[in-house]
Amino acid sequence: MPRHRSARVGTLVPTGRRPVAPAGAPPKPGRLGLRRAAVVGLVVLSLALLSIYFRESSSGTLHGVQDTGASIIYPFQVAAERVAQPFEDAVGWAGDVLGAESENEKLRAEVKRLRQQLLQSQTAVLQNAELRRLLRFREGPAFPRDYNGVAARIIGRTPGQFEQQVLIAAGSNARVRVNDPVVTAAGLVGRVTRVSRRSALVTLLTDETSAVSALDLRTNAAGIVRHGVSGGEALVLERVAKEDVVKADDVVITAGWRSGPLASIYPRGIPIGVVTSVGQLDTDIYKRIEVDPFVDFSSLDSVLVLVEKPVPANRTRR
Amino acid sequence: MIVDALKVGVVIFVAAVLQASVFSEASVLGGTPDVLLVTLVVVALVRGATTGAFAGFFGGLVIDIALLDTLGMTSLLLTLVGYWAGRYGETGPSRRRYAPYLAVGVMTVLFLVGMLALRFMLAEPAPAREVLVDTLLQSVALNLLLTWPVFAVVRRQLPRRATATFGPEVSALG
Repeated sequence: MPRHRSARVGTLVPTGRRPVAPAGAPPKPGRLGLRRAAVVGLVVLSLALLSIYFRESSSGTLHGVQDTGASIIYPFQVAAERVAQPFEDAVGWAGDVLGAESENEKLRAEVKRLRQQLLQSQTAVLQNAELRRLLRFREGPAFPRDYNGVAARIIGRTPGQFEQQVLIAAGSNARVRVNDPVVTAAGLVGRVTRVSRRSALVTLLTDETSAVSALDLRTNAAGIVRHGVSGGEALVLERVAKEDVVKADDVVITAGWRSGPLASIYPRGIPIGVVTSVGQLDTDIYKRIEVDPFVDFSSLDSVLVLVEKPVPANRTRR
Repeated sequence: MIVDALKVGVVIFVAAVLQASVFSEASVLGGTPDVLLVTLVVVALVRGATTGAFAGFFGGLVIDIALLDTLGMTSLLLTLVGYWAGRYGETGPSRRRYAPYLAVGVMTVLFLVGMLALRFMLAEPAPAREVLVDTLLQSVALNLLLTWPVFAVVRRQLPRRATATFGPEVSALG
């Protein structure tokens, strides 16, 4: 028998058994090419979307398609958020429910039912209180005069590892625009960076791309508030000259500067946070100042978007 | 076939909406669970590479639209995740009990690294230390915790197809 490759590896003969295929049966060789083509097509399509989206302006076709899509998905997001709310709250009660083993079944069921009702009421009360706080703030003297406040619930968050952003339930239909400041009764939250018809993306003050001109309320020392180097919710007040006086417990507010036709997007006087530490090295050009924000970014529920009031025809602003 | 594709679409859509509205808010020790990724990997294991790729593309598109993120970014990564998970699902070891956990763990790491690289290339915020050092293990652990319930739900909605048969099995003699 002449030696050839098949002889070296042995002769293959049918055994008669018909094996079970694993999950997602492998395609026949003829279909393999088709399948690979489909996958390559999807990858190319994704890259095309990515490139076009990245290059076009915010009024481009893909942005429009995204806005329409976001409007369609919006009700589902709101529904999911509302459905999940009691479950999120119920997780906190789980320990208490587990500790009630000594009670009989009837009482347990009763307690559980009453707690569920209480949870719903508490959630409603908390939301009500938060909205009332926002309302009081909107009608109070601290609210910027040239702005209307659009109250909006938070309906989504981007994954925290990459960006500090939240999605709010107010969009261009509520006259929200890109760069509108976003606040709560406690202080500055961030600014609007994307707007669709019924929702908008808010980049928080703790995002690494955020920067706000700020002042020390007591001494008027000016600087720029940015996210802290240690991550989390800490902020730093940068670019404060060494000769300026800043002390711990000083309140930091937005500067709201104006220079000719240019002006800060944030109105003056919105509270940002309180100074927690002030450092200064001989080799540094500026002071090192840490600021603890007034807003608790991890538990944001509702916010106010500051929408500029329409300017009368005989007046100009900014 | 069409009913099955619709089912897969609904499962992925629900997972994407839940991810955008509920799970992305949940942060445990800095890690964030990704129910869409877990669902996608499980669907791909059950239905194969082609379905996995299409499901990944669709799920990514929904997330990018819902969160007003750069269109195509998540689609690209999830298409690859779905395809690779599907390829693994077409091999023998994927029948083993640990297969979904292994696939979810590996895909979570690859997805986060891929997302980081993509964002870096697009000059968007890409905090490598936070993603790869501070929160990677937490994210993987949370996704592994989600794997069992998601696998149970997906297997209920999408039972494995009737086992396909190949030609007669062969064995080497000599």
